[in-house]
Amino acid sequence: MSEMECVMEIPEDAFNPVEPFLRMDRMPHIWCAGCGIGTTVNCFVRALLNSKADLDKVAIVSGIGCTGRVAGYAQMDSFHTTHGRAIPFATGLKLANPELQVVVYSGDGDLFAIGGNHFIHAARRNMDLKVICVNNMIYAMTGGQSAPTTPGHATTSTAPYGVFEPAFNLVSLAEAAGASYVARWTTYHVMQLARSMEEIFKKKGFCFIEVLSPCPTLYQRRNKMGDGLEAMKYYKKASKIRHGAPTSECALTKDGEIVVGKFVDRDRPDYLELLRSQMVESLGERYAEPEMACEDAEVTCSL
Amino acid sequence: MHADPKGVLTGVHFLDGDHACCEGTLAAGARFSAGYPITPSTEVVERFASRIPTVGGIFIQMEDELAASIAIQGAVWGGAKAFTVTSGPGYSLMMEHIGYAAMTETPCVFVNVQRGGPSTGLPTLPAQADMMQARWGSHGDYGIVALCPSSPQECFDLTIEAFNLSEEFRVPVMMMLDECVGHMTEKVVIPKAEEIEITPRRFTKEPPEKFHVYEPKENQVPEMVQAGAGYRFHITGLTHDERGYPNMNIDAQDRLVRRLQDKLKPLANGRGLCETENLEDAEVVVVSYGITARVAQRALQLARRRGIRAGKFRLITAWPFPLERIRELAGRVKAFVVPELNLGQMVYEVERAAAGQAAVLSVTHAGGGVHDPEAILNAIVEAARL
Repeated sequence: MSEMECVMEIPEDAFNPVEPFLRMDRMPHIWCAGCGIGTTVNCFVRALLNSKADLDKVAIVSGIGCTGRVAGYAQMDSFHTTHGRAIPFATGLKLANPELQVVVYSGDGDLFAIGGNHFIHAARRNMDLKVICVNNMIYAMTGGQSAPTTPGHATTSTAPYGVFEPAFNLVSLAEAAGASYVARWTTYHVMQLARSMEEIFKKKGFCFIEVLSPCPTLYQRRNKMGDGLEAMKYYKKASKIRHGAPTSECALTKDGEIVVGKFVDRDRPDYLELLRSQMVESLGERYAEPEMACEDAEVTCSL
Repeated sequence: MHADPKGVLTGVHFLDGDHACCEGTLAAGARFSAGYPITPSTEVVERFASRIPTVGGIFIQMEDELAASIAIQGAVWGGAKAFTVTSGPGYSLMMEHIGYAAMTETPCVFVNVQRGGPSTGLPTLPAQADMMQARWGSHGDYGIVALCPSSPQECFDLTIEAFNLSEEFRVPVMMMLDECVGHMTEKVVIPKAEEIEITPRRFTKEPPEKFHVYEPKENQVPEMVQAGAGYRFHITGLTHDERGYPNMNIDAQDRLVRRLQDKLKPLANGRGLCETENLEDAEVVVVSYGITARVAQRALQLARRRGIRAGKFRLITAWPFPLERIRELAGRVKAFVVPELNLGQMVYEVERAAAGQAAVLSVTHAGGGVHDPEAILNAIVEAARL
């Protein structure tokens, strides 16, 4: 019996403050030991706690993949959509019901390969969405294939001789596409990540946080980078906090420096503000404010 | 309930099918549309983009059809009635989200103004070659409804029906126009709002603690909720249980997927829409839909003049297919003649329904124009000689 088991003995009345935010009836989750996704969810919950968010008014939308399963564990209105399409789903949800805080929570392959077009257009529109991308640099759910974020020289199941395609620099892409807020952290930076999340809950417009996260099962192991703990040591050692750093200089490599911090925080009118001002300018009093909820006298929703 | 007068352009109009369809969406209560331009369907959303800011809603032009077809579903879960519009190539891209709408039981409407295919095909010219795609285009087993208008007036009327059916059965409903009907301009009468019946969304009356998002209720259809109302529900495209939680075992799959088809049975048996003429004494029945039904009308007149007892069966609800009605007819007629602007699609359903009791003659056309009525007439004459 290992030492760990003695330490991990949990009293029966123990209460974890994240529980009310999670669908505890769905535990245990599917993520591997050492995976960073759960860490990001802890930060997300802490950010919700700290910001005193009304969970009835927070909706979370995920795509497909390991991170795509986050929506399924979040105890709020939660949508597990199709591969790559969390952002356009979230766009419709937000526009129909602007009082919702709509969070898109998905992985790098989902958001930047199959969903890349939607990402840049939502950023261009400055749609009021909070996009959290857990970047494990690989397609994990399907067994470790190359992603547009896999750094050069890493090996994957579909690049057994090494990746030679240049990778996306997500923070630079997000800035260029028009995001109002761009930050990057790793799963080592739990305090900073939670604070960043709290910050974007308060900020209007398209906000983007990249979280570098280990996939011990498929990325670390194949690339001889050790387990989850090794990844934390690497993140600790290689990370440099440089707020406001030019995003074009923040590309990630296989084992090099990781520039983290808040890179972009700017104010642009968001989509709905732009829509309204254009319509008022063109139509004046003829403009009717959107009223999209189904008018239904028979609705007796008790809330 | 009655239509909200804000969206209803009551009066007598001269409209093409695309514009009439747009007026139908507004009368039905649609206040959100996401679209992507594609000929010959774009006029529907162009009109919506022009009308909706004074009615109180949003049109957003998305970056592609994948985005448009899922944005409308986000809007539906946000509480709106929503639709998208496309044609062949875009329809192919939307297949993934037709499956998502079927799986998540998201009520929404897809308008397809059919053009010639495959691939880019004939962007400006008609076809009816997406009929099987409408039914089977997304992977897996599921059910949908497809309606086929033959005139701009029907583009208006049936669009309202499409929204009503989508709310009643919680399925994606396909409005299967063709380029001819979409671009044909005719008189369209839009009634007063109080004369338009609207099926309200079936919101649950259960409190959140008792509510299961996919518990089958009346007619096997679960009740709706909307985001932000305190239910904290979960929706997934994975096979799920009544709580909406992923449950990937054989029993859960069987229960869910069978229900997705079975819930449409009331519509398949008796409630499907069709238009019939001279079936009482018919020896030959022409089964057609959309613009082709109007071409067939001429062939039917000519056949009757020649003394052939020809009858008309115009499919309005193409899916679910009216299997029972065609089977009943098959027992007492010699033959069916099935003209379509494709190389034979709905004719398979007619054959399946006839089950050998009556002959079935397909009158094909690869698209780009409409049939010569003579071609349909010749088939009727041939059928009468059998």
